[in-house]
Amino acid sequence: MKHVKTLTKATLKESAAKGGCGECQTSCQSACKTSCTVANQECENR
Amino acid sequence: MIHKFIQEDTRIVLDVNSGAVHVIDEIIYDVLDYYKEKSEDKIIALLSEKYKKEDIIEAIDEIKTLESEGLLYAEDVYQNHPAFLNKKPFIKALCLHIAHDCNIRCKYCFASQGDFKGQRSLMGEEVGKKALDFLIEHSGSRRNLEVDFFGGEPLMNFEVVKKLVEYGRKREKETNKRFRFTITTNGVLLNDEKMKYINENMNNVVLSIDGRKNVNDYMRYTVDGSGTYDIIIPKFLKMAKMRNGKDYFVRGTFTKNNLDFSKDVLHLADLGFDSTSIEPVVTDPKEDYALSEEDLKKIYEEYDLLAKEYIKRKKEGKGFHFFHFMIDLNQGPCVVKRLSGCGAGTEYLAVTPEGDLYPCHQFVGNEEFCLGSVDNGISNQEIRENFKHAHVYSKEKCRDCWAKFYCSGGCHANAYNFNQTIYKPYEMGCEMEKKRIECALFIQANLLK
Repeated sequence: MKHVKTLTKATLKESAAKGGCGECQTSCQSACKTSCTVANQECENR
Repeated sequence: MIHKFIQEDTRIVLDVNSGAVHVIDEIIYDVLDYYKEKSEDKIIALLSEKYKKEDIIEAIDEIKTLESEGLLYAEDVYQNHPAFLNKKPFIKALCLHIAHDCNIRCKYCFASQGDFKGQRSLMGEEVGKKALDFLIEHSGSRRNLEVDFFGGEPLMNFEVVKKLVEYGRKREKETNKRFRFTITTNGVLLNDEKMKYINENMNNVVLSIDGRKNVNDYMRYTVDGSGTYDIIIPKFLKMAKMRNGKDYFVRGTFTKNNLDFSKDVLHLADLGFDSTSIEPVVTDPKEDYALSEEDLKKIYEEYDLLAKEYIKRKKEGKGFHFFHFMIDLNQGPCVVKRLSGCGAGTEYLAVTPEGDLYPCHQFVGNEEFCLGSVDNGISNQEIRENFKHAHVYSKEKCRDCWAKFYCSGGCHANAYNFNQTIYKPYEMGCEMEKKRIECALFIQANLLK
C-alpha cells in the first residue's frame, strides 16, 4: 500500500479464539495499583 | 469503530475492534473524515482543493481493502463470545495487607498513612496461611497464582512474609500450583539481608519513590518529618542492580505539585532505573495537591515530552520502560482479558491483617465492600456479582469508547470514589489513560519505522 503502513493486524480477533485462559498476571498487581492499564500485560498462552 | 490522531508528524488510525493499528498519510487521514458518511464523488469534491482526484481514489481504494480484510471498521463480535460468557470466576491473585502500619507518612496516602482508617495492625502467620489456602482452594484450574505483599509497609512484618513464602512453596508442590510473589515497599527498612531474600524469592518488587529529591521529600517523609529520598536511593539502586533482569519497578505518584512529572520519570531513568511507573494521584478534590481538569493540558504536554524522549533514548541505546507506554502490539493480552477489566472483586481480592476480604486494596477500610473472610469464605456474593458484571459492555461510557480494549474499563475504586458507582468511570482518569495509549502507539510507530 502506498498510503498505509500497518503496524499490527487483527490481533484482538485472533486472540479471542484461544483467549480467556486466565493464566496471565492480574494487571493491577504489576506496578500501578491505581490506574488500570491492561494492554501492557503479557499473554501466557502462546 | 476507529480512532485516529496526529502526534508530532505521525498519523495513526486504530481499528478498535480488530486491534489493527496503521500509520497513515495525510490524504488517508482526511478521507477517513468522510469515508463512512459520504459517497466517493462527494469525498472527491470535498477534498479536490487539497488533493488530485486520482490520489483521492487511490486512498479510498486502500481504505476499502483494509475494510474488506477486517482491518478497519471491524465489528465488535466479543460481547457474546463463548470465551467471554463462559469465563470462570476463579480467584488467582491476592493483595495481602501484611501490615496496616507504616514507618513513613505520605501526604497523599490512600491508606490513611498505613492504617486504612482502622487500628494499626500486622497480619499474623495463621491468617496469612489461611489466605494462601483460600487462594488455592478458589483457584480452580488456574495454575499461576499471585500474591502481593502490600501495606502499609510490608517490611515492618517481614518475618511473616518469609514464613508465608515458605508455606506457599510447600503448598504449591502439594497442589501443582505456582505462586508468584511480589512485594511493594517504601524501602526505608531495606538492608542487604532483606534485599537478598527479596531478590531470590519475589517475582517482582515495587519500590516506591516519586522522582526528584524535592518532589519525593515534599510528599514522602519519615515520622520526624525528614524526607526519604536520601535514605532510599542507595538501597533502591542496589536492589535494582541485584535484580539483574528480573522484574522490578520504581513506582511513584505525581500530583498538582509536580505537573512537570516527566522530569521525575527521566530523573529516575538518569539514575539508572530502567523500569518506572509514575501514576497520577487519586484523592479528594478538596486536597490542595489533587489534580483537576485544568491540569489536563499540562499533563498531556508532559506525556508528549516523555514519549519523545522515550523514543530518542531507545534509539540511542539508552532506553527504559515506562509502565503505561509498554504496549506490545503483537504479544498483548487476549480480548477476553481486555474486556473483563482488572479482575478486582472477582479474580483479585485484598486481605486485611484480620483476614477480611475486599474487592481490592483500594476498597479496604470501606466496610460495605467487605466480601467475607479467609475463615468463612465469601459471604457477600452480591458484591462479587456486581464486580463481575462491571465490564466494558455494561458501562455506558466504556461501550462506545475507543480505548476500551486498552484500559478495560478503568479502575473500579476510582470510579466509586468519584461517582459512587463502579459502573461510571472516573473521567479524568479516562482522559489521561487515552493520552497515554496514544503516546504508546506513537512510540511503537516510531520505533518500528
